[in-house]
Amino acid sequence: MKRWLIALLVLLLGRRRQRPLVDEDGRIVPPGGPDRRAENLVLLLFGAATVCGFAFPVIYAWDAIPNQTQFLGLALGLALAFVSAACIVIAKRLVVSEELEEEYSTTHPDDEEALEQLVDESGSRFTRKRLLVLAGAGAGTALGAALLTPAASLGPVFDVSSLYRTPWRRGIRLVDELGNAFHADDIEEATFYTAYPEHADREQMGAPLVVVRLEPAALQLPDDRRGWAPEGILAYSKICTHAGCAIALYRKPTFPAVEPEPALVCPCHYSTFNVATGGQVIFGPAGRPLPQLPLEIAGGGELRAAGNFSGPVGPSWWGVRNHGARP
Amino acid sequence: MQAGVRWLVVLVAALAFVPSAAGSGADLYGANCIECHGPQGSGISDRGPSLRSVGARAADFYLSTGYMPLGDPHDQPHRSRVEFTKGELAQLVAYVASFGGGPRIPRPHPASGSLSKGQELFTEHCAGCHQVAAQGGYVTNAVAPRLDRATAVQIAEAARVGPYLMPQFSEKQISDDQLNSIIRYVQYAKHPDDRGGWSLGHVGPVPEGLVTWFIAIVLLIVTCAVIGERIRS
Repeated sequence: MKRWLIALLVLLLGRRRQRPLVDEDGRIVPPGGPDRRAENLVLLLFGAATVCGFAFPVIYAWDAIPNQTQFLGLALGLALAFVSAACIVIAKRLVVSEELEEEYSTTHPDDEEALEQLVDESGSRFTRKRLLVLAGAGAGTALGAALLTPAASLGPVFDVSSLYRTPWRRGIRLVDELGNAFHADDIEEATFYTAYPEHADREQMGAPLVVVRLEPAALQLPDDRRGWAPEGILAYSKICTHAGCAIALYRKPTFPAVEPEPALVCPCHYSTFNVATGGQVIFGPAGRPLPQLPLEIAGGGELRAAGNFSGPVGPSWWGVRNHGARP
Repeated sequence: MQAGVRWLVVLVAALAFVPSAAGSGADLYGANCIECHGPQGSGISDRGPSLRSVGARAADFYLSTGYMPLGDPHDQPHRSRVEFTKGELAQLVAYVASFGGGPRIPRPHPASGSLSKGQELFTEHCAGCHQVAAQGGYVTNAVAPRLDRATAVQIAEAARVGPYLMPQFSEKQISDDQLNSIIRYVQYAKHPDDRGGWSLGHVGPVPEGLVTWFIAIVLLIVTCAVIGERIRS
């Protein structure tokens, strides 16, 4: 430890350099002639970067455009490429450069002024400094806007009520992807089904369900969910509570004592939910149980919802635990 | 006419001398299966499930893939070398089927299926675990096997049986016609048409992204070398 500290101290002190050599005009950096063509090129490149940068939020907002993702990538990529091209031109053709070697020395730690002078004089070839700075700032702003735009996709900021609204309420029938109603007899053990609410928008986060059947004796639902799984038929939201992927894996019950427990598994990050205990997380990054939908069997044997989910559907957000699912 | 009768007599005589299929199957069962599945497929709790009414379909799947016999009943069965001859396998399957009822070995016709429909169905029902190019994947506590060595009959059996913790798909969920399309797609996925060139083992975006990074790093170093200057000393 002590040796490391000494090494660090030597390194810091050793960085102080001798004051650079000064010529007869008091300059450190030799003067260079102006280069209007290079300046124009830099202005053009910054302008192009600005246009591309601002194109990003425009494309982002314009949903009707085909291949939107590719155009977004193109806008951002070109903006970055133009800015870097401008920097390369500035470095190679506009900044006065010279090569010099100097030895590291520990004497005279007062070269801050010299550094200022060095930076100042290096820019001596610029003839339209303010315009160039403005163009650079414009490109920087456009690029910043382009980088911040995708944050709008993170979801609503103030009015989060749409996040816990679901189309399910008592009496809504469960239908398959073709719109045919599910009957209790259709649901077999050892497999899983995807169900949707009848006459509702299936794109809504709260719409899709996973339906499975267990032996009624194997259920270990919490006491306040008694009667939620008639004949052992259970319905859960199909949207994982971690990152919102569709739950597409069902670990069916296998031979007792040899098996892993029956579970629903999300293929994205392997969050695993116990179907028998009401969707509790038994493995993986999900922070909340999978919301369960209470079911009832109507007169004709049709499956219907008996209410709304046990909790908010979909990935978690700030304050998610303070809300319940709402019709 | 007389020749026909004589042949019949010869045939009956021959059958009488060949040990009955179930009989020799019983010997094989006794040597390989009875320890876990019990006599007459009755099952032994904590060791092996009952085989009554599983039928030839499940028996053929588990035996022809080498899933069974399994050394430790707590292991996940996986594809391994089949230790039985074809004839022994058929006798053992017939013996298990004789425990009672159960479905027969299916006869799929993948040629009558549609490749594009098969891909759609495979993506919907199977790709969650087996990955869209049928290269296999993971479920917590188990491995979803790759399907590169699965035969048409084995795929048809597996979809209906649901080996280990795989869900089983009834004819209501996947019809026989749809199953033919799925089998056709799985057969295609063994040797797919790689339009993009190097397939990287069809394991998806992670290795593809890594390769892209390696290319990008080389390009960045080249760019640095082009725009930078070497300090001469």
